Amino acid sequence: MHDNETDSNSTKRVEIVCFMVEEQDFCIEISHVLEIRGWTSTTTLPHAPDFILGMMNLRGTVLPVVDLSLRLGFGKTEPGKRHVIIIAQIDEKVVGFLVDAVSDIITVDEAEMQAAPDVSSARTQAFIRGVYSVNDALVRAIDVRAVLPQGARLEA
Amino acid sequence: MNDLNEMFFQECDDLLEGLSSGLNELENGSNDEEIVNSMFRAVHSIKGGAGAFGLDQLIEFSHAFENVLDDVRAVRLAADENVVALLFTASDHLSDLVDAARNEDQLPPEQGASILSDLKHMSGSLDDDSHAHDGRGEEDPPAFEPTTLTVDGGLPPLDDMLSPTAPTPLTITFKALPQLYTNGHDPTLLFRSLQELGSLTINADLSSISLLRDAPWSAPTLSWTIDILPDDSVDEAVIREVFEFVEGLCELEIQSHASAPPIETLPPLEEHTQVPQSGAPSLGPDPRETKETGVKPASGSKKQPAARSSTIRVDLQRVDQLINLVGELVIAEAMLRQSMDEMPHSANGSVDEAMSQLKQLSGAIQESVMAIRAQPVRGLFQRMSRIVRETSKEAGKSARLVTIGDATEVDKTVTERLVEPLTHMIRNAIDHGLETPDQRLAANKDKRGTVTLEAAHRSGRVVITLSDDGGGIDRAKVRQIAEDKGLVRPDDDLADADIDNLLFRAGFSTANEVSNLSGRGVGMDVVRNEIQSLGGRVSMQSEPGKGTSVTISLPLTLAVLEGMVVRVADQTLIVPTLSLREMLQPGQASVHTLCDGDRVLALNDELVPIINLGAALGYRTDPVCLGQQSLLLIEDDSGRRSALAVDAIAEQREVVIKGLEQSYQSISGIAAATILGNGRIALIIDTDQVIALPGRMGAAEPPAPGATGDVVNA
Repeated sequence: MHDNETDSNSTKRVEIVCFMVEEQDFCIEISHVLEIRGWTSTTTLPHAPDFILGMMNLRGTVLPVVDLSLRLGFGKTEPGKRHVIIIAQIDEKVVGFLVDAVSDIITVDEAEMQAAPDVSSARTQAFIRGVYSVNDALVRAIDVRAVLPQGARLEA
Repeated sequence: MNDLNEMFFQECDDLLEGLSSGLNELENGSNDEEIVNSMFRAVHSIKGGAGAFGLDQLIEFSHAFENVLDDVRAVRLAADENVVALLFTASDHLSDLVDAARNEDQLPPEQGASILSDLKHMSGSLDDDSHAHDGRGEEDPPAFEPTTLTVDGGLPPLDDMLSPTAPTPLTITFKALPQLYTNGHDPTLLFRSLQELGSLTINADLSSISLLRDAPWSAPTLSWTIDILPDDSVDEAVIREVFEFVEGLCELEIQSHASAPPIETLPPLEEHTQVPQSGAPSLGPDPRETKETGVKPASGSKKQPAARSSTIRVDLQRVDQLINLVGELVIAEAMLRQSMDEMPHSANGSVDEAMSQLKQLSGAIQESVMAIRAQPVRGLFQRMSRIVRETSKEAGKSARLVTIGDATEVDKTVTERLVEPLTHMIRNAIDHGLETPDQRLAANKDKRGTVTLEAAHRSGRVVITLSDDGGGIDRAKVRQIAEDKGLVRPDDDLADADIDNLLFRAGFSTANEVSNLSGRGVGMDVVRNEIQSLGGRVSMQSEPGKGTSVTISLPLTLAVLEGMVVRVADQTLIVPTLSLREMLQPGQASVHTLCDGDRVLALNDELVPIINLGAALGYRTDPVCLGQQSLLLIEDDSGRRSALAVDAIAEQREVVIKGLEQSYQSISGIAAATILGNGRIALIIDTDQVIALPGRMGAAEPPAPGATGDVVNA
């Protein structure tokens, strides 16, 4: 979020892509999102953490798909035709996030983001940057770097 | 600016390559003057470019280099052994300078000082007249055939008149051609530089200016006559240098007043003296004609763009993108084919026909696109000739490099990554392989050793062989060293080939003392590793007293790999055929079970461990009945064998390699991924890693989740 910082006092507007995982609202910044596609079958990777669903073929590029539900602690997704994969670019890597549905793209004020409440678990603190309240719903902003597998270490 | 820079250095690479190949031909006794001409042009172009970028070191050196080449070109200097050796050294240094300039660096001046002074010395003895002849050597080469004596006869008077100690007034006739202005040159600036060389009188010739209503005005009609009384030590060559960057863009004639008679004795110049003077506007628009009439020394360098226009420079990234896209096209075609096969047969007919045409086309496109990345190994081999020169000098041996098949094309990445291993192999061949000159004479061999580098395409692979005519491998010594180092036991029974293979073992070096050349603590094992990482194999043959040859066999491209498609636990995997030795059908093999479910395969008195591939990769935890499985016998670098148990073997095919590290991370046991015809991803097995996976042969690594351990416990 430090990228498009402005010097002015005016609040910074960011566009976020909202999506559903296990009936909960989450979002990531649109600047990370390359495209959104329907689910395609993946190839299981050996010795991979369980939340890595496998590798998918995006027009010739091989990229890993993260089961966000499992990663965020909601349990394993049985992927099917109704699921969606958000293709995101994080630094040099291109990764797919398996989610239930993409609901909206909205513009919010960066300053409106509230820190995640203190009561949250270690996993929440690690993966959730903060929350926006949009139309009475709480939209959790995901820290895309944190949800990726870290380095060559196996986390499973 | 950066782009220009980049272009200049790319051009330099090409020019240096040309220079180097010219030198090789010269060394081999060719006396085709076009070779020297092209070498001269190469150095001259480098100098020109260096001038534009203000690379002083490069300019100074290439200038001295160019002078010597010019002397050779004009047959004032015989291209004997010494001269060629100096030219080789100079071209090596020139490429060092170019490299330094590319890195925005400077070489320490002392590094090239001796070469520079040698060059200057070589051309220095002839310096006075060398520049004066510049013009003719090129324009009318036949006049400079070694056998033609008329030109030599005309030289002495010219010599006298151009002696720098006695400046004589000169008349310069200068007429700009349209290109001169289009290229952004300005005659005024040229005159200004001339002004620094002596006192000038400039007269513009207005006679051919047409009236405004008489178009075209695009062709410049002005010409100038410049009388110059040069300052001391300014000779014609210096004046010509002023016009260096507009050569070919103007009609230029320089006449010396005191020397009208000598010029008449020189037929080539005389021809031209008439053409430029006429200065007819009709001459202007035709660039071809200008080239022929231009009297500038190296107007020949302008011929190069014409020759080069048959190739274009393309950013490698664009080529790779194209390759990716074509790869997808092939996949899309296969997917289409597959879904068509699922349709009722009667519906197809003509569609079928179109499909097979599409398949052929896409295959042809893929092949041609891959060929774009292919490059002849010539450049690589030429770099090696430098290594041979340097190494033989350091080792006090005499060696020459013979290259065969340098037009063989290999993927660019492969040629790049071959530099290191080949360098090392050549150092080895000269340092360890070739005998000293005395020993060679005693063995009734030519004092000068020969190192042969050969490239050829053989059954879809590139085979590069490096052979020397040295003493061959001293097997007793090799064995002794291996025993000393504990690599083999004294009572081991080793065939000759086994002993030769010891050279590839890590930390092996046969040089009695660690020399500066090859004994750097790395041995042939490093060569072998590098070649293997390219998907290649190395082997060595040696005959005592006759020499040694090392053969490298490589895939044509790194982008494609030949693999066996196998199925394990509903997953499709690729086993590279490179490490595949044998395939065994169930029931065919005699399998024995050791304790804990570990099984071995008895094969020709050898017990080969069986790896349950599905379990090793964590795809399956339940033990499987081996009777239903097929076995793939694989061998790793060090010759260790294992058998992979898989559910089924599907087919052998070429697959396009897609790296995993870039988007994910490296996975033990998996080398890369590929995309199958149905668009799905299949993983390519890294056989070496699979063999070394934990759970077998004294687990060094912690067991990975879901790996072999589960099977053992089950």
